[in-house]
Amino acid sequence: MKQVEKDLFAGPDRQRLVVIGNGMVGARFVEELLARGGGDRYDVVMFGDEPTGNYNRILLSGILAGTHELEDTYINPLEWYERNGVTLHAGVRVTSVDREQQLVRGDNGLLEPYDVLVFATGSSAFVPPLKGLSGHGTELKDGLFAFRTLNDCDRMIEYVPRARTAAVIGGGLLGLEAARGLLERGLEVHVVHLRSHLMEMQLDAPAGHLLRATLEQMGVKVHLDKMTSEVLGAERVEGLGFADGSTLPCDMVVVSAGIRPNVALALDAGLMVERGIVVTDELRCPGDPRVYAIGECAQHRGQLYGLVAPLWEQAKVLADRLAGRIPDAVYAGSRVSTKLKVMGIDLAVMGDQEPKDTNDEVVTYSEPSRGIYKKLVVRDGLLRGAILLGDAGAAPMLLQAFDRGTELPDNRAELLFQLAVAESSTGIADLPASAQICNCNGVSKGALIAAVEGGACTLKSLCEATRAGLGCGACKPQVQQVLELAAGDSLREDPSAHYYVPGVPLTKAELVSAVRERGLRSVSAVFAQLAGGQQDPSSKAGLASLLRTIWGKEYDDERDARFINDRVHANVQKDGTFTVVPRIFGGVTTAAELRRIADVAEKYAVPMVKITGGQRIDLVGVRKDELPAMWRELGMPSGHAYTKSFRTCKTCIGSEFCRYGVGDSTTLGVQIERRYQGIETPAKLKLATAGCPRNCSEATTKDIGAVAIEGGRWEIYVGGAAGGHVRKGDILTVVDSHDKVLLYTGRFMQYYREHAKYLERTYDFVPRIGIEKLRSLLVDDAEGICAQLDADIQAAVDAYVDPWQEAVEPVHPSQFADTLQPVGAAAGASWEEIR
Amino acid sequence: MSAAALRRESVQFDLGSIDRIPPGEGQTFLVDGREIAVFRSREDEVWATQARCPHKAGLLADGIVGDGQVICPLHSYKFDLGSGAPVRNECASLRTYRTEITTDRRVLVWIGGRETWGADA
Repeated sequence: MKQVEKDLFAGPDRQRLVVIGNGMVGARFVEELLARGGGDRYDVVMFGDEPTGNYNRILLSGILAGTHELEDTYINPLEWYERNGVTLHAGVRVTSVDREQQLVRGDNGLLEPYDVLVFATGSSAFVPPLKGLSGHGTELKDGLFAFRTLNDCDRMIEYVPRARTAAVIGGGLLGLEAARGLLERGLEVHVVHLRSHLMEMQLDAPAGHLLRATLEQMGVKVHLDKMTSEVLGAERVEGLGFADGSTLPCDMVVVSAGIRPNVALALDAGLMVERGIVVTDELRCPGDPRVYAIGECAQHRGQLYGLVAPLWEQAKVLADRLAGRIPDAVYAGSRVSTKLKVMGIDLAVMGDQEPKDTNDEVVTYSEPSRGIYKKLVVRDGLLRGAILLGDAGAAPMLLQAFDRGTELPDNRAELLFQLAVAESSTGIADLPASAQICNCNGVSKGALIAAVEGGACTLKSLCEATRAGLGCGACKPQVQQVLELAAGDSLREDPSAHYYVPGVPLTKAELVSAVRERGLRSVSAVFAQLAGGQQDPSSKAGLASLLRTIWGKEYDDERDARFINDRVHANVQKDGTFTVVPRIFGGVTTAAELRRIADVAEKYAVPMVKITGGQRIDLVGVRKDELPAMWRELGMPSGHAYTKSFRTCKTCIGSEFCRYGVGDSTTLGVQIERRYQGIETPAKLKLATAGCPRNCSEATTKDIGAVAIEGGRWEIYVGGAAGGHVRKGDILTVVDSHDKVLLYTGRFMQYYREHAKYLERTYDFVPRIGIEKLRSLLVDDAEGICAQLDADIQAAVDAYVDPWQEAVEPVHPSQFADTLQPVGAAAGASWEEIR
Repeated sequence: MSAAALRRESVQFDLGSIDRIPPGEGQTFLVDGREIAVFRSREDEVWATQARCPHKAGLLADGIVGDGQVICPLHSYKFDLGSGAPVRNECASLRTYRTEITTDRRVLVWIGGRETWGADA
């Protein structure tokens, strides 16, 4: 319909534009032309010799490997042409062009007149003239394939089940991609290459050798300097014969020995053809102002291009010209650069692989064990070429320097290794919108961007708006990166990021001195004096923790400032029930204790009895109003499996029984846990002691860990973690007695209590302060604070009261109330108007 | 029938002394077969909302209260107690109930009749 209308309204100004070729470049050109309003000027007619719409040839190897579906490759389905008023002759090969008559003839006899003609005929797989290519007829022998089209790909996939060993002739990019596909499909794969190293078009020799080693590790067998002379087998492929007389038995052969521009048609039409169809900077064929050529078939300033980016640049320039948008647009050639994966290995290549003269500077880095190779070619202070193999993290930065010709830093290593920052942030930039950033709350990159666009321009507001980062918090650095990407100039520094709690505009140090100066002993007093009376609920628990640390016994404990766990001394579960975890010092218990636990679990029909990671027993699924009775009957103190405090000290069996033990880790663990039980801290503390460096209790990845070493000594580790974040602790010091372990444990705890941010775990705190600084403060006593720290932690130890005592004396009659009933029902009724 | 003519009975319940709820905290009540959460500020203001959060049925009475807001104990979603509206999050609004404190410090709550969601209040 649309086409008919167009023809009816085609005025004398409308011209017929015929495009020969419906590949990635031909179709892209038409898209670009229409996007520039070219549909008003031209009736567009396309010829494509494949029966489908336009597809992404780059993904063919993905189809072969089974990682992509056919649908993934379609760029423009057939409907697209119809919808856009483009006449596509799909599956019609052009047999001749008559430039006198301005006619194009298809192999079905169709004639299309043109006013403007564009060659986008692309290229074909080059099949070298080997002996035994065909069987009886002229067709390629059974089991012998080129790798160029969807059809080739389909036939290869069909053939694979009949094959066990495949040889790929050609170790260029396409050949290796074919090899990957066949390897994924379970074949033994050989790559036979004429040259002395792989991918010589993109890589220098060292990189090529490194790539070979990596491929061989994957199971690909690489044969270099090997000239194939013959395909063996009468009817179907049985092997390859080489010029040196050797043979390779195989039952499938893929020829990927390069591509050749499709120029026959242009040659027949009398156009100037060298290696490709020669074009000027206007992309026009010299001698005929109506005829243009773009893509792999075109030769511009002596150069043929095979990568997609420069070809799309040509498509764009020609569209600019022909649509009249930029009538004098010219193509001045492309600086070739590409970033891709070869068999899953990152590769980025740009410009020159080798220096051009003796003044050129070459910077290389090679790490064969990890398959990494990096090379820069620098001329006159500018980047002229680069190869990054195995680690393309620096590629975005190098590409910028290459494309824009920016001045390089004097320290070239910065270019190769400025990766820690650059890599992770480009990683985020490259992620699709659907990528999940927060794995706790399932927040995607797209959702974060939408929230930023909706005005959430600080980390805090973004996290609040999306829930990202509010689970385990491990994704916050990535959330911050998305924020920076999406917010750009509107990114705002969040002043409250530096506050100890969001609702009181003071840093921890400022807050501590204000609290001390004014003698503020309760959370409500802090709100009244330091926050204008605003009782920000998000700030209450953090203030409570701090005030308890500052005031100890003198703290005015307002229970509403506590999180529910700390009000009822149990850990709330998803259904509103709680857990009961009695203290089992150092994980050492008795039969009698176990019997009591079993009795209580049975009596209260506890839904789950669970051994915890901290070597204790967890009674899970308990109603709030059952808690006090259970505690009383257990007759054991609280294990603090709920609060921000010292939690537990895990132990291994140690020298008492273990045949490897060099230190008494159980006794030490029990001593630590008895002394420091229930001490509140900015975030939870998990400890462990290990009786030997085998570290069975994982003490090196605890907030504080003590590891026995030969000679009666203990290494004290701080700042370890093995949860959402994994970090090996740093050695604070090495001591020679249990007492000294207890001393340094307490000293570190008190310093952490005074200087950590609320909820800042030691694995963030220790690196923030620095282990050197901590050693100088806590071991060398450089600032003379140790005596005070020791006294303050002793005061906290002395002030400790087992909270489960509240089973006997609750602080409020409703402290453990589950649900209350009204005292009077239906005391009065009223009629309400409903809007 | 005009909207203004629509009327429904709401029933008043006496929850007893305000001191049944610790200052600055919440408490779950079972009123006429329905769970509700009742909150008391440190200044003795009182609010009532549905008992469980719309997100994962967290018991709101166990949340931390302040500035006329409650933070759900399960996943820290914040709600305005007066209106029931979520505060800087996408959770659904809470149903709220009319409350009153008598001169002898008893808490009254009205169930049925006009219950509001979100911006109504």
